[in-house]
Amino acid sequence: MDVFSDPRNLDATVSGFLWILKLTGASAVLALVLGVLLAAMRVSPIPVLRLFGAAWVNIFRNTPLTLIIFFCYFGLYSTLGLTLSEDLVRNIYWLGVVGLSTYTAAFVCEAVRSGINTVPPGQAEAARAIGLTFAQTLRIVVLPQAGRAVVAPLGSILIALCKNSTIVGTIGLMESSSVMKDLINSYGNAGILIFAVFAGVFALLLIPTGYFFGWLANRLAVRR
Amino acid sequence: MTERNQADGASGADQPLIRLDGVNKWFGPLHVLRDINLSVNRGEVVVVIGPSGSGKSTLCRTINRLETINSGTITFDGRPLPAEGRALARLRSEVGMVFQSFNLFAHKTILENVTLGPIKVRKEKPESARQRALALLDRVGIANQADKYPAQLSGGQQQRAAIARALAMQPKAMLFDEPTSALDPEMVGEVLEVMTSLAAEGMTMVVVTHEMGFARHAANRVIFMADGQLVEDAPPAEFFTNPRSERAKDFLSKVLTH
Repeated sequence: MDVFSDPRNLDATVSGFLWILKLTGASAVLALVLGVLLAAMRVSPIPVLRLFGAAWVNIFRNTPLTLIIFFCYFGLYSTLGLTLSEDLVRNIYWLGVVGLSTYTAAFVCEAVRSGINTVPPGQAEAARAIGLTFAQTLRIVVLPQAGRAVVAPLGSILIALCKNSTIVGTIGLMESSSVMKDLINSYGNAGILIFAVFAGVFALLLIPTGYFFGWLANRLAVRR
Repeated sequence: MTERNQADGASGADQPLIRLDGVNKWFGPLHVLRDINLSVNRGEVVVVIGPSGSGKSTLCRTINRLETINSGTITFDGRPLPAEGRALARLRSEVGMVFQSFNLFAHKTILENVTLGPIKVRKEKPESARQRALALLDRVGIANQADKYPAQLSGGQQQRAAIARALAMQPKAMLFDEPTSALDPEMVGEVLEVMTSLAAEGMTMVVVTHEMGFARHAANRVIFMADGQLVEDAPPAEFFTNPRSERAKDFLSKVLTH
């Protein structure tokens, strides 16, 4: 009895990885937008915004992701009644996206902020000297250069996000690791094989991702 | 403390374009600008010289508020410098600045560097900004470098591009903060040439420099600073041949004998 020759098991596996990709995709976009905004807040001249950015990073970067995902389900949904979709599974998916992007945004923020530190202060001075406002200076001169400097670390964050998205399985989404657990429960003697297949698919997805970001970082590097 | 030689306003307006009154600045315990009084008339070229650490760069940078001051007032074109925000950005757009380290936007081409301000600050149409930028690049002699990135240019070319970027804003005055100090010796001339032609056209300029030759032939006035104080303020011929203070005599004896 071969685990993966049963089409139902194969479907479950494919669908599990599709959930991982969907979680990663939506959370990556949200975390990137949110993380850049948070980084902008942390370097802004307005103390309230700086405080908000710092609080976000310190709270969510130092809380275990499992806790954050649990809070999204038991806190936001069960207790506070936040429903993001009428469909039960979709609802869990979106709650997971909220948790993952909240958490990942803190890391994106810190990567972007370190990128901002690689941009020589003269760049922002020159921008201000021709009359650009603070927001324009950040958007047109500083962030594009900071972003190029942090392509590789952002790649690492994306890879971590992809693997972290398996934690949404703990609130009931049938993503890859939940499927794996079910399969191992049913096919105990094929445990090592099942494990190797799931780990192999992650490797297959993520190793090229890492090389792609390395290549992109070189290509986009700002010459000084 | 200092004697002021007021040249007549070149464009008819009587009030000075740049005016500093009792300006003081501290960096922590360091008193870098001590009670500076200075006015620069329209069309005047004022060269600021002095030993390192005398506060001359800081003085230059306070005029467009890249450095804030602790006391005193600075007025530009009859208005006191705005504190922050859009009003300050507008003022800065009227004051061109050229830095020691060029500070061209590293991720943008030379042409984009020059058109950025006109398009984003002045809301000029891209095509007309491009035409003006190309004319300015031609004027500073690097029109053929328009599509390159700053890192592909020599220091002298980068600094000329930076001057074109500042001129693209059609500024009322230009500030030069040691524009040739980071250049290889053979590139100093090409930058000074552009500055000399600007001066000859009547641009109001404040130039912090160690180029005594430029001070001699292009300046209307030479300001000598030491220890945060404005020690002398005189026409170049007078300053170089007959400095009044011991500090200036000492400084000149060190820079002019080599």
